[in-house]
Formats: sequence, structure tokens, C-alpha cells
Amino acid sequence: MTDTDRAQYDYALREPRLPAPENRDNDRIDISIEQRLEIYETQQLLRQFEKRAYDLFLQNLVKGTSHLSLGMEAVATGFGQAMRHDDYSFATYRGHAHTLARGAEPGPVLAELLGRENGILKGKGGSMHLTSVEHGMMGSYAIIGAHLTIANGAAWSAQIRGSGQVTVCFFGDGTTNIGAFHEALNFAAVWDLPVVFVCENNLYMEYTPIDLITAVPNPAADRASAYGLESIIVDGNDADAVFEVASRLIERARSGGGPALVEAQTYREQGHSRADPGKYRPPAEIEAWKARDPIPMYHERLLRLGVPEGDLSTIQQDVARRVDEATEFAKAGAEPGLEHLMTDVWADGGSAWRN
Amino acid sequence: MAELTYRSAVALGIAQEMRRDPNLVMLGEDIAAAGGVFKTTVGLLDEFGPTRIRDTPISEQAILGAAMGAAMTGVPVIAEIMFSDFIAVCFDLIANEMAKARYMTGGQTGVPVVVRTANGGGSRFGAQHSQSVENWVMMIPGLKVVAPSNPADVVGLMAAAIRDPDPVVFFEHKSLLAMKGDVPEGELVDQLGVARVVREGTDCTIVALALMVSRAEEAADRLAEEGISAEVIDLRTLVPLDTRTILESVSKTSRLFTVEENPRLCGWGAEIASIVVDEVFWDLDGPVVRITTPHIPLPAAEALEDMAIPSVESIVRTVTERLG
Repeated sequence: MTDTDRAQYDYALREPRLPAPENRDNDRIDISIEQRLEIYETQQLLRQFEKRAYDLFLQNLVKGTSHLSLGMEAVATGFGQAMRHDDYSFATYRGHAHTLARGAEPGPVLAELLGRENGILKGKGGSMHLTSVEHGMMGSYAIIGAHLTIANGAAWSAQIRGSGQVTVCFFGDGTTNIGAFHEALNFAAVWDLPVVFVCENNLYMEYTPIDLITAVPNPAADRASAYGLESIIVDGNDADAVFEVASRLIERARSGGGPALVEAQTYREQGHSRADPGKYRPPAEIEAWKARDPIPMYHERLLRLGVPEGDLSTIQQDVARRVDEATEFAKAGAEPGLEHLMTDVWADGGSAWRN
Repeated sequence: MAELTYRSAVALGIAQEMRRDPNLVMLGEDIAAAGGVFKTTVGLLDEFGPTRIRDTPISEQAILGAAMGAAMTGVPVIAEIMFSDFIAVCFDLIANEMAKARYMTGGQTGVPVVVRTANGGGSRFGAQHSQSVENWVMMIPGLKVVAPSNPADVVGLMAAAIRDPDPVVFFEHKSLLAMKGDVPEGELVDQLGVARVVREGTDCTIVALALMVSRAEEAADRLAEEGISAEVIDLRTLVPLDTRTILESVSKTSRLFTVEENPRLCGWGAEIASIVVDEVFWDLDGPVVRITTPHIPLPAAEALEDMAIPSVESIVRTVTERLG
């Protein structure tokens, strides 16, 4: 390979793809201060939780792999805030934020990352399969694509039962190039299912820029018309903008208006997984997106809207205490014992395959 | 007692359970208006309506995903995958999602789905529409596997599969669809994990499944004429596996033959051979012998396909030679 060829494949040398500028008009979106403080608190929780999870990796307490959403918290938060308590969430292996945003307790979630018996999945699922059925969080799915079709099933069930529940299904930009994405969207459209598909476009399919391997510039939004759906792009780093579009689409689905597809443009501040330092990204791009980090931006908005700095500090400190408590809870958990190995294969609790 | 075809027993079994459970729904390609490409779902749309019997696009992943998601949220589902060969295009849903959901979530979720699919050779459809793929799913922890050999078992095992809270793959054999058999009147509910001794014998045990059961029985008739008394076991379900019936029979007859329609490598007979050799080795008087389709893709031509799949003649020949 020549140097010219090599330069072409050193993605860090490409033109940086910069975020859209902050839209301060979003200060005027009709959301109460109380709700905005909840949105702030949730974003703080997701951020501080994942920073703690990262620290615990470095201490070798979290084994295996793990995929963080640092920088992407506004998407999970905005949707979580807009959902009814009995609505359903489906997420990918990058699902810590989506699980916490539905109200799952951080202690058992962190314990799961540590592989402890008091983990939310008893240590049997791990970081990539977080689930909390009691919170409507119907699972994190680690092979991309399939869970869009499963989300359709939950929406179909709600349609059959007439429950008014809506399903929200999160996935990354890379998922838009797998067959199940297209099967699921067509299926949802022809069955008019109450489901909202949310593409978190963080610009990279694992290690490769999404624009290099996708036929259209906006991997989700530009495909919407193929399924008779509106093309919707939202600033995924602005929780209020996300909340506004989420509320509209969820309520439309709830009232029989059928499925929707949203592309939330955002950026993961770290690599794909714990093994990836993310060096394939132009430094100027990383800097530009960090300057649009959703949490400081939201903090500034609340100050502009008259919330005292002290109130925000109190929230931050409360969250920090919760994350400390979660850490203690997780560390105190026992390693799962042999009695858990052979259970939960079948509905009878066991795993027998012969008599 | 009524005489029914295997094909109409499929619809009867489904209808019996849909009458019992108003939440039960079914989806698949061409299952509603067309009554299924194998006519196994005729009449169900008329009786249960389009909300419960739904046609889908040709989207096997979307079909099984919808089945799984609905089942996880309170609506049990029967999903049809037209040909079992097509399981390969939606294997992620079967092997990675349905089978593992309960374990991975520490028991938080379950997937009460029955995946019905037309399996097996004899229709001259060639390599992509004729396979016996029960071993593809048997090897995945978390799946139950059923393959009935006659109309009465179709109804009873269908009911058992539907009432089972775990994912079940239900193989309907294409070459048995026209087979007629007596089906008892009234509600019929069988049990998964129970094999049946369909013919008693003393010289050897022949274990078979689905289409191979009637061939093994006919072979046993011919062997009897030669003075060989063969016991024939219809496995009926591969998971759970009724090893007790097999082991008891082998301990009595001291010889085991398996008759498998699947290609040679990793067929279910290999697992049974392993269990028998491990657990009742000292009761055996000779080798355990597997009679299988050779390890080739299935050919389309009638003459070639008939040479490939175990036949009455090949069973008789093998048993005679190997017992001798």
C-alpha cells in the first residue's frame, strides 16, 4: 500500500464532521422547569454512572467488554422523559443509559457489570444484555438488527391488547445497513405498529465512518421514505429537542398514528468499546463535539432560564452520592454461585433437556 | 375417532388451541387468505379472523422478531416459517434471541412461541427446500424440538407445544402431509419429552423420527420375515429427549440402530449413540449403527433423492448386515 493509499484509510486525517451549532431557540420549547430539572438529573446520572463504570474497568473490576454512551446521554434522557411508565424500550449492547433512563436502579445495573449475584440479571447477562422488565426495559440486544423486529412484536402485542403502550427502539447508525432494519421498518409500516425507531447516529459504525459505507448521507432519515415514513433528524445532543420530537412521535403512535423513524445526531466521546481508544477520529472533530457536550450545554440553558447554580450543584452532588452507593452495593455483591449456573433456561427454572 | 390427514391435523391442532386461548395469534407468509402453501392452515382465517391469523411479508426475521416481542409481552404466538431451510435466514432470532432470552435476563422474560415449519425430503424440491434441519435447532440450549410422525401426534403435540411456556420448534414433515391416520375425538393434549415404542421387539432397537418412523416400522415387518425381531421407537421430541425409553429398550435388545433423515455429521443419532455407549455400554452386544442420509446436499432428481434418504430397503439391508 502506498502512503497515499494509507492516508486514505487513516480516517483520523479526514475532514472532521462537525456538529450543528447549538440552537438557543430550544430554550423556548414548552417544558416546565420541573421536567427540565429531571432531565438534567437523568443526564447527570447517566454521565456519572458511566464514568464510574469506566473507572471500574480500569481497576479490572468490570470484565469482558462494555460500550459507553458518554456524550450521547441526551437521546436516552429525552426519550425516557417522554415515555409512559408502561411503554417498552429496546436497546443495543450500548444500553446502560437506556436502562437507567427508564428508572432501573443503578446499584443492580453496576453489579451486573461487575458480574455479581446482586446484578440486575444475576450476573448471567452482563453489560450487553441489560434488561429491567418491571421498568418496561425489555432488553439490550448485542447482535444488531434483530431487536428492531422484536420491538415490532411488543408493539404488535400492545396493538392486539389495546393497551395504548408504545415501543421505543434504539439502535446505532451501523444498524441501518443490516437486513433486519429494513425488514422491521417495512413490517412496522404495513402493520401500522405503535413503535418509534430511534437511530443514534454517532458517525461511526464501530471503527469505520458511517458515511464511507452507507449509500446516503443520513443513514436512517434518508431511508425513511422507502417505508412511507417522515424523514426526521433531531439534535441528539439537546435533550429538550429530543424530548419534543419524542413526545410528538410517541403520542402519535399511541393514538393510532403508526410508526416513526428518528435520526438523532450525536457523538460518542470515547471509542466503540473498552478495547478501542477511538484513534480513527480527527482530533478537531472530537474537540468540536466535546464543545457541544449535552450536559454542560443543558447546564447553561438552565442557568439562562433562571435556575440557581446552587440547585444544579445539589443535583450533581445527589447523583454523585447515588453513584457512590451503587458502587458500594455492586462491590459488596457476592460472585454468583454454582446454584445459578444451571437455572433459568426453561420456564420451570431449570435446564434439563432429558429425563 | 376420525380419520384425518397429517395436513388437516395441523389446522385442527391450531384451531383447538385458538378456541381455548383467545390471546393466541399466528403469523406467517401466505398462511391466512391462501391457507398456507402446504394447505396446513386452511379455514383458520375464516374461524379466527384477520387479527389472529395474519399474513406477513417475506421477512423471516421480522416474522420471528414479531413473534418473540409479542410473546414477551403477554401474547403467545405461533409463527410459520414456510420451509425449514429458511430457518437459516432467521437463525439469529431462533438461536441467539428466543433461546437465550430467559437465561440472559436472569429469568425476567420468557418466549412462549411455537415456530412451525415444513421439514424434510421426498418432494423433489432440491437442496434448498428439502432438508431435515432438526439438528440445527437441537444443538441450541433453550429450544424445545418436536417432530411428529402421524396425525394424532400432530394434534396432541401441537397442543403441548403451544401450552409450553418455552420456545418450541415444531417440524411438520412435507412427505407426511397426505398421510391419513385416526385422531381421537375431543380435546387432545400430548406431552413433550415422551417417546413411544411403536413396535416391540427383542433383537435390536431402531430409533426413528418423523418420516423415518413409518419406514422403520415397515423395515421391522420385513426383518420379522427374516426372523429378526426389531423394536421401533418414535422419538417424537428431540428436546426434551426421552432417554429413559431408549436406554430401557437398548438394555433389553442389546443393539441400537438410528434412522436419521439428516445428513451424517452431528445428526441427533450421534447424540443418542453417545448417551447409549456412555450409559448402557455393558448391555450392548455389538456396535451402535447410524443409518443416515449421506453427508451431501440433497439432489432434486427423484432417483437420486430416493438413493440419498434412508429407505425401507436400506434399513433392512443395514440391520441385517450389521446384526449378522
